[in-house]
Amino acid sequence: MAVTSMIGARIQRREDPKLITGHGNFIDDVSLVNMAHMSVVRSPHAHARIRSIDTSRALASKGVVAVLTAADFKGVILGPLPVTNSFVADKKQVPEQFPIAAEEAVYAGEPVAVVIADDRYLADDAAQLVSVDYEPLPAVMDLEKAMEPGSPLVKSDRPDNIGWDAAFPAGDIDAAFAEADFVLKERIGQQRVFPTAMETRGCVADYVPYDNRCTLWTSTQVPHFIRLFVGGALGVPESQFRVVSHDVGGGFGAKLRPYPEEYLATAASKITERPVKWIEDRTESLQATTHGRGQIFDVEVAAKRDGTLLGLKFTQLLDIGAYHGVFSAFQVVACLLGGGCYEWKAINARSIGIFTNRMSTDPYRGAGRPEATHLVERVVDLVAREIGMDPAEVRRKNFITAFPHTNNFGLVYDSGEYEKSLDRAMANIDYPALRKRQEELRAQGRYTGIGFSTYVEICGLGPSSATAPAAGIALVESSMVRVHPAGSVTVSVGTHAHGQSHETTFAQIVADTLGVPYDSVEIRHGDTGDTPFGYGTYGSRSLAVGGMAIMASCHKVVEKAKKLAAHAFEASEEDIVVDHGRYFVRGNPGEAKALAELAFASYGAGLPEGMEHGLEAVSYFDPPNFVWPFGCHICAVEVDPETGAVSIDRYVAVDDCGNVINPMVVDGQLHGGIAQGISQALFEEVQYDDATGQMLTGTMLDYLIPTMAEMPHFELDRTVTPSPTNELGVKGIGEAGTIASSIAVINAITDALAPFGIKHVEMPARPDRLWSMIKEARA
Amino acid sequence: MTQPVALTINGRRREDHVEPRLLLVHYLREVAGLTGTHIACDTSQCGACTVLIDGEAVKSCSVFAVQAAGREVTTIEGLAADGILHPVQQAFWNEHGLQCGFCTPGFIMAAAYLLKQNPSPTDDEIVRGLEGNLCRCTGYENIKKAVRSASEAMSGKADGVSGELVGSAAVPVEG
Ligand code: FES
Ligand code: FES
Repeated sequence: MAVTSMIGARIQRREDPKLITGHGNFIDDVSLVNMAHMSVVRSPHAHARIRSIDTSRALASKGVVAVLTAADFKGVILGPLPVTNSFVADKKQVPEQFPIAAEEAVYAGEPVAVVIADDRYLADDAAQLVSVDYEPLPAVMDLEKAMEPGSPLVKSDRPDNIGWDAAFPAGDIDAAFAEADFVLKERIGQQRVFPTAMETRGCVADYVPYDNRCTLWTSTQVPHFIRLFVGGALGVPESQFRVVSHDVGGGFGAKLRPYPEEYLATAASKITERPVKWIEDRTESLQATTHGRGQIFDVEVAAKRDGTLLGLKFTQLLDIGAYHGVFSAFQVVACLLGGGCYEWKAINARSIGIFTNRMSTDPYRGAGRPEATHLVERVVDLVAREIGMDPAEVRRKNFITAFPHTNNFGLVYDSGEYEKSLDRAMANIDYPALRKRQEELRAQGRYTGIGFSTYVEICGLGPSSATAPAAGIALVESSMVRVHPAGSVTVSVGTHAHGQSHETTFAQIVADTLGVPYDSVEIRHGDTGDTPFGYGTYGSRSLAVGGMAIMASCHKVVEKAKKLAAHAFEASEEDIVVDHGRYFVRGNPGEAKALAELAFASYGAGLPEGMEHGLEAVSYFDPPNFVWPFGCHICAVEVDPETGAVSIDRYVAVDDCGNVINPMVVDGQLHGGIAQGISQALFEEVQYDDATGQMLTGTMLDYLIPTMAEMPHFELDRTVTPSPTNELGVKGIGEAGTIASSIAVINAITDALAPFGIKHVEMPARPDRLWSMIKEARA
Repeated sequence: MTQPVALTINGRRREDHVEPRLLLVHYLREVAGLTGTHIACDTSQCGACTVLIDGEAVKSCSVFAVQAAGREVTTIEGLAADGILHPVQQAFWNEHGLQCGFCTPGFIMAAAYLLKQNPSPTDDEIVRGLEGNLCRCTGYENIKKAVRSASEAMSGKADGVSGELVGSAAVPVEG
């Protein structure tokens, strides 16, 4: 009998028809009757005392409804922005951040006033007329100087500039180092980068006066989280506060927290009794949407001459920015994963979070895992160079091979086959031929290099047993599956999609699990008004956690349908066979009922004794473990020694995310992820002036987002090692590309420059940096 | 002070009174109600706002509405006709040329213009034609593929791209 299987099929996306015809519904497309516009007046100083604010000229400007400062918001916004534990429960200090500065502005771009006017042009006009008297204060920009006792302070009411100092020791590090033939040291940077979703942030708040009811449309990855905090701070209970996040033009981690403007717009709507819209422009976005990375690692590795890795010591200096991001300490996960996919006798890690007068850092695609991969993969190459061993062989020699594997910090890697993906990638790029060619070209004075990245990452956040103590929240996920009387199915979920294709892939899962036509399944997300509470989408969690919550509800529906079938056939439940949505009595497949027929019956008369009407289920899924995707990326580059320019000749990736729901979507996630890592390796860097704290990369003219011309062709392949953690056997793929790719590029460049004696290259490896290094080496 | 502006958008004539400083992109979105044209930068870098003016691709954030007076503007909403997708739209769908979809209208307009000028572009010509557009989701891999496949479809070389808006793209796999 022919059967169908949607899981694993390349299904074109159902999201696309509206998006390719201009009928998406992004935040700036939301428009309400009588809607006013908000323009935010931001501090031009990195650090300044606010002596006074004169709003009179702005108030007199055409079309202005209100000009509001911190004093106006005090009684309306009742609490500060939240900060989660995120891997560091006992922080040294958690300064409260009110959504708008009152006496002291501590980063360039911090809100100091808002103007509400009839349209956006008029609001922007009036914002120019708000006059703020600032007394500039010293800007704290350098991480190491900021740590010193007696350093100027990021904010004058703080004891010092240290946010946390957390140690993560695992094993006898002194013994591991005592055994070593050699110890290598390096400093490895992770520059600040902009996540740069193409859609900037924005929101529309509609507070209904005298009703204490509010709807907030916002461009976010986490609508339920926003409702919890913004509603809470405004004193509107969740039942009366609806957050809607329709189409979202990319998030990459920068839209997973409540932001000051969401509080301000909502409060302004309450104060002015009008719906209020705020749309961030790009310059605001670069200043006031959270940045990623911003770290320095000082690392020491102990190893043997035969390539055996023994011990790893490192300190992560993390630039928090002026205030903790909501998840600022999430990047500390780099400490727990610094060992990568290798066996170590001991690892000793320490993370110091340091405040500076910059925008907060928070998760950016990969959040902590790209940093960990970059660190350990760089270290392995340093070891290989030191002992003259092929970098692939050092990796092979130290791979973890038995699963489940408990790493030095007690985290359990669920499944893996690291050597297989390494072998496959080496075969795909034809490694021996590439090495031979490299030798030939070197003889001609050309500098090509090959870079490896064999990564493992943690995702599917996460089991409550781990996330509740670490993050302060139990990152479970939810679903509601409702079969309507005529058989179509509505599935509501607590996750959120902003490019990840859940409407397609989740429907594939439901179609197979319930045995109903794919087209009869509707996936709903992004509206707290009709979805169960969920934590949203980040950390590559939506499939491994959210998908499993959907499976759990589907199973409950099938269980009830079996009871209905048993009743209809006057058979016992044990004798009912379910085959692709057909329910029949064992041995009699000719006489079967489809799920739609049983659904119809469930809303009708004559149900079995004691059974409730309807066919629907709600489930919350708490995963037993994280999931651990892995793979091997190999990059081949050529560096022009005269200009320092890098060209990527080949980019080969073999990734393993367990079972695949839709290969087209998985490949797409990898393309975009790899591109972001390559871009960090070669181009991107948020720059502030060290003396004044002014942002130097405040427009897209100054901050390089790669175009089509800068991106290579990606040669993808995969291995499939199902996860034992969940019934679907799935892991996650949203971040893997970014986690793997920056170091594949940097290792390739370092390899290319080996003839110059260059052992380490920092990001971004822009032509001027490489050119100077080559020049210095030649001198 | 407003100024009259009369132009044709997607084949329909309209007349409005607008401020001279109103950008065409804001006019299209907020006055004409065509929100498919997007804004993703302040400095003419991203191409999300690309429309056709008299058949030529233009970044509508770099033009005032009044400058479009007397012209014919085509936006993403005007590209498909009678339920039939433009081959570039169809190819973006077929090849997974979009993820979040925010950059997509601009890319589709720019690609449609490119293929009209040059129906069989080389890979280099595709890159040169589209490097004024930014996408943060796709790494451009499938956008390049989509443009190649649209080019083939338009020159009648490809099978299987019908150019029709099909009811469901779901193709179950025999197993
Ligand atoms: S909005 Fe970016 S180019 Fe027009
Ligand atoms: S699809 Fe998201 S920016 Fe291009």
